[in-house]
Parts: sequence; structure tokens; C-alpha cells
Amino acid sequence: MAHTAANTPDIDPDTLTHLQRLEAESIHIMREVVAEAENPVMLYSIGKDSAVMLHLAMKAFYPAVPPFPLLHVDTTWKFRAMYQFRDEMAKKLGMDLIVHINEDGVAKGINPFTHGSAIHTDIMKTEGLKQALDKYGFDVAFGGARRDEEKSRAKERIFSFRTAQHRWDPKNQRPELWNLYNARKHKGESIRVFPISNWTELDIWQYIYLQNIPIVPLYFSAPRPVVERDGTLIMVDDDRMPLRAGEVPQMRNVRFRTLGCYPLTGAVESNASSLTEIIQEMLLTKTSERQGRVIDHDSAGSMEKKKQEGYF
Amino acid sequence: MAHVSDLIAQDIGAYLKQHEHKSLLRFITCGSVDDGKSTLIGRLLYESKMLFEDQLAALEADSKKVGTQGGDLDFALLVDGLAAEREQGITIDVAYRFFSTDRRKFIVADTPGHEQYTRNMVTGASTADLAIILVDARHGVQTQTRRHSYLVSLIGIKRVVVAINKMDLVGHSEATYQRILDDYRAFAAQLGLEDIVAIPMSALRGDNITAPSEQMGWYHGPTLMGYLETVEVDQKRRLQGPFRLPVQWVNRPNLDFRGFAGTIASGVIEPGAPVRVQPSGRTSTVKRIVTADGDLPRAIAGQSVTLVLEDEVDISRGDVISHKDAPAEVADQFEATLVWMQDEPMMPGRAYLLKTATRTVTATVTEIRHKVNVNTLEHLAAKQLALNEIAQVKLSLDRPIAFDPYESVRETGGFILIDRLSNATIGAGMLRFALRRSHNIHMQHVDVDKAARGAMKGQKPCVLWFTGLSGAGKSTLANQIEKRLSAQGRHTYLLDGDNVRHGLNKDLGFTEADRVENIRRVAEVAKLMVDAGLIVLTAFISPFRAERRMARSLMEDGEFIEIFVDTPIAVTEERDPKGLYKKARRGEIKNFTGIDSPYEAPENAEIRIDTSDRSIDQCVDELMLRLRERGVLLAD
Repeated sequence: MAHTAANTPDIDPDTLTHLQRLEAESIHIMREVVAEAENPVMLYSIGKDSAVMLHLAMKAFYPAVPPFPLLHVDTTWKFRAMYQFRDEMAKKLGMDLIVHINEDGVAKGINPFTHGSAIHTDIMKTEGLKQALDKYGFDVAFGGARRDEEKSRAKERIFSFRTAQHRWDPKNQRPELWNLYNARKHKGESIRVFPISNWTELDIWQYIYLQNIPIVPLYFSAPRPVVERDGTLIMVDDDRMPLRAGEVPQMRNVRFRTLGCYPLTGAVESNASSLTEIIQEMLLTKTSERQGRVIDHDSAGSMEKKKQEGYF
Repeated sequence: MAHVSDLIAQDIGAYLKQHEHKSLLRFITCGSVDDGKSTLIGRLLYESKMLFEDQLAALEADSKKVGTQGGDLDFALLVDGLAAEREQGITIDVAYRFFSTDRRKFIVADTPGHEQYTRNMVTGASTADLAIILVDARHGVQTQTRRHSYLVSLIGIKRVVVAINKMDLVGHSEATYQRILDDYRAFAAQLGLEDIVAIPMSALRGDNITAPSEQMGWYHGPTLMGYLETVEVDQKRRLQGPFRLPVQWVNRPNLDFRGFAGTIASGVIEPGAPVRVQPSGRTSTVKRIVTADGDLPRAIAGQSVTLVLEDEVDISRGDVISHKDAPAEVADQFEATLVWMQDEPMMPGRAYLLKTATRTVTATVTEIRHKVNVNTLEHLAAKQLALNEIAQVKLSLDRPIAFDPYESVRETGGFILIDRLSNATIGAGMLRFALRRSHNIHMQHVDVDKAARGAMKGQKPCVLWFTGLSGAGKSTLANQIEKRLSAQGRHTYLLDGDNVRHGLNKDLGFTEADRVENIRRVAEVAKLMVDAGLIVLTAFISPFRAERRMARSLMEDGEFIEIFVDTPIAVTEERDPKGLYKKARRGEIKNFTGIDSPYEAPENAEIRIDTSDRSIDQCVDELMLRLRERGVLLAD
């Protein structure tokens, strides 16, 4: 696409752009963790924020491969396209990928349809994450949360301290001054680190666009089989989805603004099939990003509660 | 997002190109809910069109339900209220908020303004390029305004916007605005805050936020958003500094590559530049600046890079790579400013971990020189520091580190203290300068120092700095005090206009620049005399706070005694011992203090005395008493 801006500001080599500053900050944070942690890991959720995190990690440690593995806590209900993309990326980048599934949850047959989003997320995601961290002894885990996502995250630290029970204690977080991060902890305690805390949704998309970062094709519009359920368009991604009476999957041009478990992720009708069109649509759209996520709607302040319980 | 420009719809490529080059401005808002801080931030979010329709709908609904604006949009609801935070049991804290306009992206650090949240404000300010200090137009400059300004200056923020809010409640009065601005400037000068812009506004009504106010045609300055979008970002200043790269991590993917990864804290670097590794002092040359996007021909402060050097130099995390000819200082003893951030008090003598840039060492506070009352800036003696208290301290480290004074390079001069047992971050501070002691004691050390010279004279050297209007009685009092001191066997010297203007400063006239230089020389001479062990008395009008502050800064703590001879102008003009007031009134003398040139009265003078209702002897008695009370006339 030709960039023919009429009023492009002059490029000043002595001023970093906002994205350059954000990128440098994220890289700085990742390097601090690698220097101070004993056994760090990067949580990889396959979404666009994870894609940016992975890209930043490749930059931070270049020419070395990032000196930590990727961890995907798999609820077993992700879109098929996500699994495919995940495996391709790990192979392409030469990084170790650990996939952890809460086998207790699987044995109990936990799924979003019969147990609802709250229980499903709690057992498969929150519990699964704790299991994985304990199993591998990870002391620092990178996550892709951003402060602009939700009110309760506006105050989240970049280094978020968790007790040995993985609990987030809002009263016991450390002051963060300048770019000096305190990564010290006792045995058993852990830290969640959010290198892209200061990025906004637009920053993420713009960076993906400028850096040509690969993302899951589900972000782009395509004809997909969907049913409308409780006002949300749900994609019928495999035959595990029980259809209600009268529900017939219809092919519609849809895409996803956020990605998660397919039964919990609402699609939006859209014809945006390129990055620029996605960004254009996002800028002109009238609803905020997390509206598509079913878990936020369960109860008021639900994110706050989930965080205290150990959800990212 | 509702109503964005048509550019997005018509030419998204052009829009993205434009936004690609946006710069970033980080700022902090200081003020309390009562000043309209939440309303201001909410208004900025609203005006920058950063709200989605679902958020707007929620705002409209909430405004009707719980708003305080009678059903009108209550912007304060967009940011968490303190009450809600308390209910949720969350520590009242720093919240970061984001918005952007066509020209810039902004990150706002939003912190509560009360004294018990000093810690949070310092935290929020540490990453800010600029501070907005809110003042309620109805109340003017308050104690908390002073506290916020002090903290802002402490953390080294150069640019301040004084947001004079709620102008709608004072009838949009220009006189009110001007009075508040004058008050503020007078105070800010003491703090060395110079880049001040004061904007009269109503965050609630939207006056002077993005569009010039129709109600305040008398104001011709920028709107708040206009200023935030165009003010030069502080980052540029960091490029002027000496090159510093604190090494974060040594990158050794294979035997052929050894790179030193870090974020450039200051200055600019190019391949071929000679560098010095500190604290070891070894030198080499930059071979490559490696990034995943290819080697760079030049890198600047703020960039995260990996340096490859020409020589095999032993470098590890915590070392600082500096320009060879402009290296950082290396020391293990410092004077520093410390902000205490935990409930358990700080005790001198205890060992803590200190992290500065990428190095962590063990540190002990050996002495609290004084703590600072954050409301009055008064210096107070202290044996320990409580939560949110700020002090000037001496620090001793277990090994030497490379550093810069915080004023020069934030990243290599700022530090945090960590509790060795709990691992909590318990304090933060700024390294001011190295104390040359310990391993340096054999180098360039003067064995006969000020204390020794003072002790020989049986006194503690100091400056008694008399300031006041012409005819207030400065010279008379100084002269009498010197006589008394001399009679007690003290070694003194009186500097006044006559003995200085006729010699040292006979090349100086009475222009403003010359007056400033006159005081500067007097202060420097006084400093030398104090160093020689004398009690120095100076008697100059010294009308400007900035100069008196400069003189004070030259002396050690406790050495500078400002004596404000506070005789009202009605009395001094009546006395008019040299007939100068009459001449000034006739216009024969220009820039006469008190007539057509201001006298900036001291706000925190150690001693204040009014000579209008007492005899000279009574005044001298009183002064001697006050000096004895302060202990300045006793030998240690």
C-alpha cells in the first residue's frame, strides 16, 4: 500500500516515535527479567498481543534465541487455526514450546458449554497455569496484559508480585520508579511481568502492521460458520459444539477482535481482510475491545476477582 | 471511537503513516479530587475521542445515576474515584491512563495528592516528562500546591503546567489568574522550576482544554491540549548528555559473538567511538551497534541496543559503558536524597540493597543530614525516617559503582532501596554527589579543613545573610552584631555594599544582570570565608529569591542563616537614610527595590525581625538570642 500522507511530520532522527519508545521499554523489561530471574517463561496465548511479545523477545535477545521457553496453557477449546499457528511459530523461531493441559479438568469433562465460562476458565486456565508454573518451577512469567484493557489493570505494576499460592495481593505491590524493577523474591514466590503494559490496542495493531508480524488468520475476515447465541456470534469451529434447538450454522463474513476459547469468543461481522482494513475498522468501530470476551461479562469487577485468584 | 477524522475512512494508509511518527509524552497530574483532577483527566480522554460508544453510553448512564453534575456528563466517573478504590480494598495508587491525538500519544500517571501518598506521587513522577499541577482558582496556591511542586522539582521534572481550574467559579477573572500565577512563580523560583506555563481553565465546562475559552478572551496562551501536543519532549535533553549504557545482559549465543545489551541512558553512540567500561576503567572502541533490524550507524538515548566492542574486555551486568573522555564518576560514598516508602522506619546503620541502573549492591545510610518538611521545605533534624518522609542522607556502599549525579543523568543517578529480608522496595532516591573519603582519602585530601579551622577559632563557621529593603536596618544590625560577636572573641567579617562595590565588584553597575553577578560574587566570597573558618555577615538588599537560594546552595546545610529584616516600606521610606526613596519617587533612580522593582520576601528565612517598633539595641538583643537558640554561635 502506498503511504501518501499529505501532512506527514518531518522525521526527526533525535526524537524516538511513540512506538520506538514503547519497543525499547519492552525490550528493557525483558532483558531485566532474563538477567535477574532463575527460570523465566513466556506465556503464549497465540493472540495478537502474544505475537507482539514474541516479536519483541526475538529483538531483545538478537542474535541469540530468547533464553526461555514459551508456555501455552491449553484449555483444549482454542480455535483450530490457533493450534496450527502456534506450532508453526515455535518451529519457525526455534523456541521451545511447552503445552500444558489441566488433565484433572479434562478427566472431569470440564467444558464451557456445560460448566459455563467462569468455571471453565477457572479450572482450565487459572488452575492450569498454576499447575504448569509449579510443575516446571518457573519463577517469572511474561504475560501480555495491557493497562488500557480494563479499569482494574490501569494500576497493575509491570512486575506483579505473586505469593507462593499464586495470589495477587493488591495491598502488597512494590513501587516502580524510573526503569528500576525489583525482581527479588523468596523461594516459591513468583512474578508476572507485563512488558507491554504501556501499549494500547492501536499501538499493538500499528506495530504488527509496521513490523509485518504474523498473526492468526482468524483476525482477518473470511466466510465462517457461525450461530448467533445470546446476541453474540459464535463460530462453530468443530463438532464438539452442541447446537441448541433451531440453531443452524450460517456462513457469514466474520472476524475476531480478540482470540480465546472459541465457544467464549464472539465474532464480529466484517469484510476487513487486510491489516489496514482491520485498523481502519477498529478506529471507526463503536465498541471497546473486551466486549467480545464473554468472561468479562460474568459479573461486575470480574477481572479484579480473577486476578486475585491467579488468572493473568 | 465515535467522530474521528475523515482521514481514517478515506485513506487509512495516510492516517497510519501520520501516526507512525507520533512522539510520546508522559506526564503526571498532581492535585486532589477537590481540584477537579479526575474531571480533568476524564475530560482529556473525552476530548481526545478515546471513548467507545459503549463506554460513552455507560458514562451517560452513570452520570444520571451517580453523577454530581445534575445529569450532565460527569467526566470524573471515567477514572476511578478514591471511594471506589477504598471499597475495593486496593492500595490508593498510581494509575496509568492513555490517550492520543493526531500529533502525539500520551501516558498519564494519575496519583492521589494527599501527603500520605507522597510515595505514589514520586513513583508516578519518576517516568514523567512534564507535570500538570492543578490549582483551584477559588483557593489559589495552597500548601499542597507547594508540596506537589517540591516533589516535582525533586524528581527532576523541568516542565510544569499550572492548571488554574474552576475559572468558571471565579467569574473567569483575569486578576485572579494573575494573582495565582504571581504567587506560584515566586514559590517555584525557589525550587528552580523555571519552565512554567499557567493555563486558566474549566475542566468541567471544557474551557481552554482543546478550544480557546470564549469566556476568557484576555488569555492568549495555549490551550492545555495545544500545549501538551507541542511542548518539546524531555527525551531530547537526554541526547545532550554524555554517553552511558548500563549493561543489562551479556549476549553470547556462540563463540563468535559477544554483545553487551542495554538501554542507552544518555547521549549518542556511533561505531568507532572510544568507550570506557566502568568501574574497571578499561577502554575499547565500539565495533558494531547490533539490533534485530540490522546494525545501526548511530543510536541515541532511550534506544535498547547491543554493543559489540573491538577488544575482548571483561564486562558483566551492572557495568556502565561510557564515552572514554566523558566517563561517569566512580565512588562508594554519596550524598543522596532519599524518599522512604514503607511503614517501618529507616534507621541509619542498617544495611539495605541498593539498585541503580543495572547494578545491585549493599548500602547503608550512615547519616541523616536533615529531613525536609514537604509542605514548608523546612529542614529538620532527624534520627530516623517514617513512611513518605524525605531526607538528605549520606550513603555508604560495599563497593564502588559508576554513577552520575541525578541532575545529569536520571538513569545512572536514581536508585531504589530493597529490604534484604522481605525483598520489598522500601525507598527510592537520587545520588547527588560523591563524598571523597574511604579509599580516596589519600588523594587530594585537604587535611586542614573547614571544621579544623573553625575549631581553632572556637566557632562553627557560618553566614548570617541579612536581606531586606533599603533602609530596613540591615547594615546597622549587621554592624552591631559583628561588634557583639567580636567582643565575645569570635572571628568575623562583614561584607556589605561599601567594601565590595569599591573593590571586588567595582566593574559592576546596577543593571539586573550586574545585580545578579554582584550577589553571586558576594556568595562565593562568603563561601571562601566560611571555609576559612569565619562567621560571615552580609548586608545586601538581595531582593530575588533565586539569588538567595543560589547563595544558600553554595553552603553546607546549617551554614546559611537567612535573616529577614522585615521593616515595612512605609517605615523604610520614612527613614530614607540616604535620600534614595525620594529620588526614586521623583524617577531619578530606576529599578529601585520596593518602588519600581520587586522585593521577593523570604518564605522560610531562619530568622525574621521587624525593626519598626523597637530600638536598635532591642533588635540586636533579640537577634543574638535567636542566634544562640539556633546554636549557630556555639562551637561544636
